[in-house]
Amino acid sequence: MARVAMRSLNKKYDEVHAVIDVNLNIHDQEFVVLVGPSGCGKTTTLRMVAGLESITSGQVSIDEKVVNELPPMDRDIAMVFQNYALYPHMSVYDNMAFGLKMRKFDKPEIDKRVKVAADILGIQELLKRKPRQLSGGQRQRVALGRAIVRHPQVFLFDEPLSNLDAKLRVQMRVELKKLHERLGTTAIYVTHDQVEAMTLGDRVVVMRDGRVQQVGDPMELYNQPANRFVAGFIGSPAMNFAQVRIAAENGSLWAESEGLRIKVPAPITPRLGRYAGMEATLGVRPEDLRIAGAGDAKDLGFDVAIEVIERLGSEILLDVAVGSATMVASVEPTVTARVHERLRLAINPDRVHFFDNKTEAAI
Amino acid sequence: MIEGAPWRRWVFFYVPVTAFVVSLLFPFYWMVITTIRPDSELYRPWSAPNYAPFWTTHPTLEHVHDLLSETLFSTWMWNTMLISLAATAISLFCGLLAGYALSRLKFPFAGSIGTAIFITYLVPQTLLFIPLADIIRNFRLGDSPWALILTYPTFLIPFCTWLLMGYFKSIPKELEECARIDGAPRWKAMVYIIFPVAIPGILSAGIFAFTLSWNEFIYALVFLSSPEQKTVPVGVTSELVRGDVFFWGELMAGALLGSIPVAFVYSFFVEYYVSGITGSVKG
Repeated sequence: MARVAMRSLNKKYDEVHAVIDVNLNIHDQEFVVLVGPSGCGKTTTLRMVAGLESITSGQVSIDEKVVNELPPMDRDIAMVFQNYALYPHMSVYDNMAFGLKMRKFDKPEIDKRVKVAADILGIQELLKRKPRQLSGGQRQRVALGRAIVRHPQVFLFDEPLSNLDAKLRVQMRVELKKLHERLGTTAIYVTHDQVEAMTLGDRVVVMRDGRVQQVGDPMELYNQPANRFVAGFIGSPAMNFAQVRIAAENGSLWAESEGLRIKVPAPITPRLGRYAGMEATLGVRPEDLRIAGAGDAKDLGFDVAIEVIERLGSEILLDVAVGSATMVASVEPTVTARVHERLRLAINPDRVHFFDNKTEAAI
Repeated sequence: MIEGAPWRRWVFFYVPVTAFVVSLLFPFYWMVITTIRPDSELYRPWSAPNYAPFWTTHPTLEHVHDLLSETLFSTWMWNTMLISLAATAISLFCGLLAGYALSRLKFPFAGSIGTAIFITYLVPQTLLFIPLADIIRNFRLGDSPWALILTYPTFLIPFCTWLLMGYFKSIPKELEECARIDGAPRWKAMVYIIFPVAIPGILSAGIFAFTLSWNEFIYALVFLSSPEQKTVPVGVTSELVRGDVFFWGELMAGALLGSIPVAFVYSFFVEYYVSGITGSVKG
């Protein structure tokens, strides 16, 4: 049973303020993913929890106990590294047993635990091999095995899948998820891959430039991004943004730009009222754009010219020109369209986002 | 590999390699042939009709026998071995700890201390032996193996430190971090994880240090005076050249026997040695 709490956590290097005022409460058995572009401070945050990085200010506690000054070995955590960090001179068995030996477990207990972990991960046959005789996926499993034999309070993962090829990554992702469900150990997972973050995390923490941008479950981040950065980072292909002017007319608001004029949906109108006459950023996801049919309201559509067609099989991505801007629309694979064709797209009115131009916060 | 016409392979590969190998091995050949050549052939004038410097028709072990029975050669070998091993052990021990600290621990001035250590290695021994001689005399260590065991580390420690520092830097720091999370305090992570992984580097440093001390000449010449304390390089050159008489056969026999341990050490560890100089560690 372990909760992890970070209070106003800061990390300053000589020049760089890598982590700024991070506050995070991680519940027992929760799988939390820290995600963000490289250099956003996610790994530094994880390393401070691990005790590998000193804390400039703030507090990390594991199960209500402040661990700021505890060495890594006394924090009862296990960490899986991006390059696996298997001990090259030891067999798989010894790699997994090392932590237990250091903690002076007796031999039969070590043997039992290693065997159980090897069973869970399906690496019983590899126990006598050296790390260099293993494939990437197998090394990854051994690294996981080394973490689980100790039954730590918290698992820390530092981009553990990024050295694997795409197919194996998807497979290991599923296995990680299963493993977490089986063991129920609190886990903090760092990645720059938003798909990994969305699929693995009970909650996802989006970071940028050392600051937490938003914390929430994956669908919350997807549906209600707190700001433009989160909106653009979560979701693939990324959300479309357009600079629009908010105009008030006959008691309703319109978002206008070159080639685009749509009526602001009623639920958003009150919040957007004070932007009348000002610029704002309109955000709409590719999957919330569709080819306008006869039933679509006129004031939610706009004309576009197709520039590129990407056929992905399960969907088609249309790169279209809206005035001088470009957008991506994800449409049904049955749609027949040609490059340079002009057509009319409709916006799903429930899923339009507006962002303040200055603060980038969602309106 | 050289590609193209066969003549290119000859001109750019076989001929240069042969020339290189021959010029490298010729001194050894000369050493061997002089060792087993009888005195009658050795001191034959070059104008004699049967003058044949590159081979001998009457090989003999007479010089080797003379060297072992008439001189203190076995004592010199023993001295050299003892001094080299002790100096190497001290230097490796210090070099390991210093190299580890300079490459892994964060402390103020780590970089400049590293550079300072390197600079001490650059001071030539031909200058350093003068103040060192003074120190040796003050501590009354002259003419004893300690004079060398304690002075060789002055150039071996910087050397070992730098070589090992470079090697430690090539070891992913995650290995050690993982060990520390696994429950090992820093010194255990160092002993159980880093040192075993660094064995090629440690062996290279050891071999190099051993060779340097084995071949060292100036300090041995200056700090040791009595024949029974001398090392092989000094003993052979000072005891087998008397005035202007060169006992070439014994000299070469001494050089030959004296180089066997070093050759043995190199050939035994050559793979480790090469990977220690060139290789890095993959996690």
